[in-house]
Amino acid sequence: MKKAYLVPFVIFAVLLVFLAFGLRLNPHEIPSPLINKPAPAFILPLLDAPDQRLSAQDMRGKVWMLNVWASWCVACRIEHPLLVEFSKTGVVPIYGLNYKDKREDALGWLGKFGNPYTRSLSDSEGLVGIDFGVYGVPETFVIDKQGVIRYKQIGPVTPEVLRDEILPLIRKLSA
Amino acid sequence: MPRFLRAAVLPWLVLGLMAMAMMGVAHAKLAVPESDDPVLEARVLAIAEELRCLVCQNETIAASRADLATDLRKQIRIKLKAGQSKTQIIDFMVERYGDFVLYRPPLKGTTLLLWLGPFLLLALAVVLLAINIRRRRRATQAEGWTPAQAQRARVLLDEGDGNP
Repeated sequence: MKKAYLVPFVIFAVLLVFLAFGLRLNPHEIPSPLINKPAPAFILPLLDAPDQRLSAQDMRGKVWMLNVWASWCVACRIEHPLLVEFSKTGVVPIYGLNYKDKREDALGWLGKFGNPYTRSLSDSEGLVGIDFGVYGVPETFVIDKQGVIRYKQIGPVTPEVLRDEILPLIRKLSA
Repeated sequence: MPRFLRAAVLPWLVLGLMAMAMMGVAHAKLAVPESDDPVLEARVLAIAEELRCLVCQNETIAASRADLATDLRKQIRIKLKAGQSKTQIIDFMVERYGDFVLYRPPLKGTTLLLWLGPFLLLALAVVLLAINIRRRRRATQAEGWTPAQAQRARVLLDEGDGNP
């Protein structure tokens, strides 16, 4: 047992590896059980025309992005310019899910910061949000032609995520 | 503390304590049950205590004051009123938020290490302890004295008798 002095070092090294791993994990990114499952059904009024409704069924046949946002959501402002920019490319329609918001506030917010959304849906009670497993706004889903959720971004979409994850996926799904 | 300073500080201290007490009252107000049927409310809480709040992750939905927790409690209430069972409601939550929402993780392939890990560590510790004890016992048995050593010890002990 001449090497006994090495034992604490080895234990420390193992601990270090675990801690390094733990530091890299983001506890707020919980894998969604909805990935590769059909998007939940919804029928919601449009934000800018509350007498009109849009359902999940209407979205069949196209690849689309669903961005959950609210005027009270501070982090939404971080990703918003990127979404506005991305919407101009017209690669894919972005639909907004206006989550637990007041209509006037939401419309005012879009007027002030720009509107990247093809349409925004009002989820004032947050019930569709619950069906989508939303727990932290903003969240962004990519949904394919068959209405299956293929990707979920928790928190603001960053240019890197858009370039490296979302765009390649959209290209693949649109093909 | 000089007297004039104490005189200046004391009122602020009292004011601060009062403000804290009032904040306590304001918080207590939030904890008022959300419906007036105590039986239903007890059932809601029993289910909410099984579920993790996803916003403040170390709290149950029963304990959390996050908006989402309030909404989910409301969902539980609506579903109970509609006659759904506890299992149905918990399944509803797992479908949307995954196993993470369960405060008591289920035993399955991916959680095997979580459940068995502590017992494995315990078993490992017991084995190491047994090895260590056996090794020490052997080491002490091997340490027999030579006749010369025994003689010297006896001499030392006898000497010790003279000096209290």
